[in-house]
Amino acid sequence: MFSRILVANRGEIALRIIRACKELGIETVAICSKADENALYLQYADAHVCIGPAEASESYLNIPSIISAAEITDIEAIHPGYGFLAEDSHFAEVCESSNIVFIGPSSEVMKKMGDKTKARDIAIENKIPVIPGSDSAIENQQHAIKVAHEIGYPVLIKASFGGGGRGMRVAHNDISLVNSLAIAQREAKAAFKNASIYIEKYIEPSRHIEVQIIADKYGNMVHLGERDCTIQRRHQKLLEEAPSPNITSQLRDEICKASLKIAKAVNYTNVGTVEFLVDGEGKHYFIEMNTRLQVEHPVTEMITGIDLVKEQLKIAHGERLNLRQKKIKSEGSAIECRINAEDPNNGFRPYAGKITMCSVPGGRGVRVDSHIYSGYEVPPYYDSLLGKLIVHQKTREDSIACMKRALSEYRIEGVGTTIPIHMSIIADPRFVNGDINTNFVENLINEKE
Amino acid sequence: MGLIRKVKDLISLMNENSLTEIEIEEEGTKIRLKKNNLDSLQTSIQLPSIKAASLQEGSNKYLPSKQDKESSEIVAPMVGTFYSSAPGAEPYVNIGDTVDEETVVCIIEAMKIMNEVKAETEGKITEVMVENGAAVEFGQPLFRIEASGGGD
Repeated sequence: MFSRILVANRGEIALRIIRACKELGIETVAICSKADENALYLQYADAHVCIGPAEASESYLNIPSIISAAEITDIEAIHPGYGFLAEDSHFAEVCESSNIVFIGPSSEVMKKMGDKTKARDIAIENKIPVIPGSDSAIENQQHAIKVAHEIGYPVLIKASFGGGGRGMRVAHNDISLVNSLAIAQREAKAAFKNASIYIEKYIEPSRHIEVQIIADKYGNMVHLGERDCTIQRRHQKLLEEAPSPNITSQLRDEICKASLKIAKAVNYTNVGTVEFLVDGEGKHYFIEMNTRLQVEHPVTEMITGIDLVKEQLKIAHGERLNLRQKKIKSEGSAIECRINAEDPNNGFRPYAGKITMCSVPGGRGVRVDSHIYSGYEVPPYYDSLLGKLIVHQKTREDSIACMKRALSEYRIEGVGTTIPIHMSIIADPRFVNGDINTNFVENLINEKE
Repeated sequence: MGLIRKVKDLISLMNENSLTEIEIEEEGTKIRLKKNNLDSLQTSIQLPSIKAASLQEGSNKYLPSKQDKESSEIVAPMVGTFYSSAPGAEPYVNIGDTVDEETVVCIIEAMKIMNEVKAETEGKITEVMVENGAAVEFGQPLFRIEASGGGD
């Protein structure tokens, strides 16, 4: 096993990775920006290095600084976490040429799946259904209008190198399409360094269901079942659960099979997630593949009993997958609530500020993945995730009751959080019945007003 | 003699069973042994922690001059390895040298590239705070500098 690795991330995921390493006897080097110098996760690592000023572009996204930190600490591998450089194939390439093991798939695979239009092509080649859309990136206005007329409005404009629900725009007619194109391209360029966009039919109401896969470097691959990430706000996931409520075993089978197929088609290694949209008739469509660990990985860990971060480390180190598809069992129901520093009463505007008091829930079946503490100053430079509250019980009904209890115990003062909106979501009878779609949160908020 | 023997036995017992603390009472005599757990904190990484300015031994070779309100620090503009001179050459600066904004004070190596670090301030070097070849993090103090008083 590796003797020492560097964690190229921050916050709760850095802590998550450090914990897995500790249990495997791997020494950890954490990195931080000037804004994170008092972060708790640093104290859990064996050593830490400040690599730059607060701005992410100068620190967590700064490849030379991270590699320099890797050199002076003599590490063997880098875990990129999620976000930041986790899906940056150039970063993976630099690691590879610096003789540092990148804990994830190869840069080649990341490049393939990183271009969402290419990923669509691969799905089509493998007879996996995709949402009707453009055959390639959009070349110009005429092309966009032609595609929109072929597939029918409303349409969704997406960044080819985007992902994570960011930089997407809906257009309902030719005029809004033309207006949105330029904006979408600008946003894509700013967020993903590439202005390339494509178009898909906008399907709503829909469900967002994804499948976790793991593969070693020897061609062995398994899936760990699906996660339901339908509860979103502005295309950002808020609450996730496993297994997915109210889906047929046929749908489950089909998306798990399709996930393995597409992952095998690109010789995928390490952990990854294949995302699907399921429409009102239960038909599934491939959206994209995320070539990294996901935020919501804990719900899969709870129901399967498998530590995904440890699997990543083992696979990266060259070990054979010790999991057999037949032996993987899903037990019970797990739900995760993302606790963000946002003001749900003010358009969910991100909140920076000092956490004056923090008291986490506990008890049977409760897991908290969080880096915050009383007195912690939430920096304004990064995402607003304070932590994840996960519960696991025998039935979904029990999980909901447990989550309700745990949310009521979770006290965070000094900043606004998404705890209140989560309380509303899980109390809603439609959620309890598994009667959910991607407009659920928006509808809930509108009804309250 | 008996007591020393007892203590030796207790130490063996502790080591065999990986104990950090043991207390024993017998016939009115109480013995308590406690290990200093420093070896569990030792790592092979020689890195400055957040609070320490520098862990390098021998930095007391460079005696800090009297601290006054006018002194400030030149800090590392990047993470990497600090070199006080070009290979085989004399140090860029020594204690007592006067520098201005454009004076190169050291090199920081990152990803095999030698980056010259400029003082970006005026003054007299009063302390060299890291050793040649040491790993430095972003923002780590490298030199203490005193504002020059008066003209030449």
